[in-house]
Amino acid sequence: MSEETMTVFSPKLAARFDALVLKYPLRRSALVPMLLYAQDEIGYLSDSVIAEVAERIGITELDVRNVASYYSMLRFKPVGKYNVQVCTNISCMLAGAYDIYERFQEELGLGPKGVTADGVFSLEEVECIGACCWAPAIQVNYDFHDELKPDLVPGIVSGYRGRAEKESAHA
Amino acid sequence: MPRLVSHPDEVKIVTQRFGKGAAKIATYLKLGGYQAAKKCLEQGPDWIIDELKASNLRGRGGAGFPTGLKWSFVPKQSAKPKYVLVNGDESEPGTCKDHLIFLHDPHAVIEGTIIAGLAIGAKLGFIYLRGEYRYLLEIMEKAVADAYAKGFLGKNIFGSDTEFQIITQTGAGAYEVGEESALMESLEGKRGVPRIKPPFPAVVGLYGGPTVINNAETIATVPHVIAMGAAAYSAVGTPRNGGTRLFGISGHVARPGVYELPMGYNLKRMVYEVAGGVKGGRGLKAVIPGGSSTPVLLPEEIDIGMDFDQVGKAGSMLGSGGVVVIDDQTCIVEFALRTISFYQHESCGWCIPCREGTDWIKKSLTRFHAGFGEAKDIDNIQYLAENMLGRTFCPLGDAAAMPILGFVKKFRKEFEEHLNGKACAFAKHVDLAVV
Repeated sequence: MSEETMTVFSPKLAARFDALVLKYPLRRSALVPMLLYAQDEIGYLSDSVIAEVAERIGITELDVRNVASYYSMLRFKPVGKYNVQVCTNISCMLAGAYDIYERFQEELGLGPKGVTADGVFSLEEVECIGACCWAPAIQVNYDFHDELKPDLVPGIVSGYRGRAEKESAHA
Repeated sequence: MPRLVSHPDEVKIVTQRFGKGAAKIATYLKLGGYQAAKKCLEQGPDWIIDELKASNLRGRGGAGFPTGLKWSFVPKQSAKPKYVLVNGDESEPGTCKDHLIFLHDPHAVIEGTIIAGLAIGAKLGFIYLRGEYRYLLEIMEKAVADAYAKGFLGKNIFGSDTEFQIITQTGAGAYEVGEESALMESLEGKRGVPRIKPPFPAVVGLYGGPTVINNAETIATVPHVIAMGAAAYSAVGTPRNGGTRLFGISGHVARPGVYELPMGYNLKRMVYEVAGGVKGGRGLKAVIPGGSSTPVLLPEEIDIGMDFDQVGKAGSMLGSGGVVVIDDQTCIVEFALRTISFYQHESCGWCIPCREGTDWIKKSLTRFHAGFGEAKDIDNIQYLAENMLGRTFCPLGDAAAMPILGFVKKFRKEFEEHLNGKACAFAKHVDLAVV
């Protein structure tokens, strides 16, 4: 693949990749972080993302898929612009995580792994996110929200909805 | 933002800079930072390892292996480069202490990594955080860049002719990568499938080179051991269990949080005094002492000192120091189901006892929880768990089996109450959704 045909990575992402591979003793070590950064920018690991990462690292697409499928944060399908991840593992469960999860389902009108029609939100139940002492906790993309109560859910949703509207107005 | 807590019984060594803005290098330096690394550079590897051995510091990841001894296993001469790995993959449910270390004291992690590098003669260290900790990675990246700018990292650290570099990165969501050999696989750009041992990482580790891998809390503790001296550090804890531990207390307590307490601190006092007792004045049903993989303790079993040896003697493990408190309104079958669901989700499938065992136990418990359990299922769950123990490459199989055995043995009556279509007396979520 020549530089001209590489259309998936933005120049910024490509630069990040170039810097990353140089850091490691082995080029391939950049694979896992690179998949995450590519996903952050493009939304998910599409066929073309996988092809480009494979090309840049110098391994096969099958090899990339094999590695990517191991990690639960990496996904092969798009999610909402704001992916709400509700931890329901033990500490959060004891602190009422399922009530939080139900409230998000009501508020967003979504079931598990659902995506809203406008593509702004998606919802999923996740395993421990390392916020056990501040349970119940969620992540929206990479943002943590902790010590939640069901009544705080509408505010969180409207906050992100506002951000999405603002961004689409600017676009 | 994670809330910081405090209690008069705390001995603040590792947490002494928390909440003081030490993520800024100027503040860290003002608070005595990087003096320990400089001292280690002057004293040399043998002195460092002797200090660490004398400190009785044991690995904070869970296994409790003596840190100085681990470092001493790395061969002095090696044809392949040596590496230091900092395990910040913190994924054991109930554990969030490293989260606070990266947030409040990232330079302590860097300084500890440098010291480990000096001790074993490595020129490169990796700080690996779990993928969910992106904001903490950014804090670490900034701290590493500042340390480079000051000349504390690079070709000539602290103006010497010694080189030490640090690379920071995150994973992408995998409990198993917290296991040392799986973490190395992940760093090499592969699936985090564990390696068979021996050879141990000290001999054949990352990229096949001798590697020291330590938990982030262990590494962040190292500069304090050097600063206060091994004898003073060791004196804080109990015999063979030096210093303090960051105990994360969560679940049904009035004041959950991460508390730094001396090794050997009484668990009962931790629950009732430090964390303010069971929330809402309810009764105590059980305590998980060291993260979700450690066997449950009954209320009458918690009058013990929290160090590796005493908790071991009580039939459980100190593990990651994640204390989970369960009140008397909780269904143990539901709790066991949520626990095994996690391990089933995280099992990589490489070893059959783990792959099949976690799946069958989850299926059995799901049926049980829904009220369709049969008497023979209880023995069957126990049989499955017993046959996972010690039969897998990595400890994930044990981590899944041990808590289940604890629940079945200690709460058999509660399992029996679920038989014959009887609805669970406590269950709030009969169709407990599982990830």
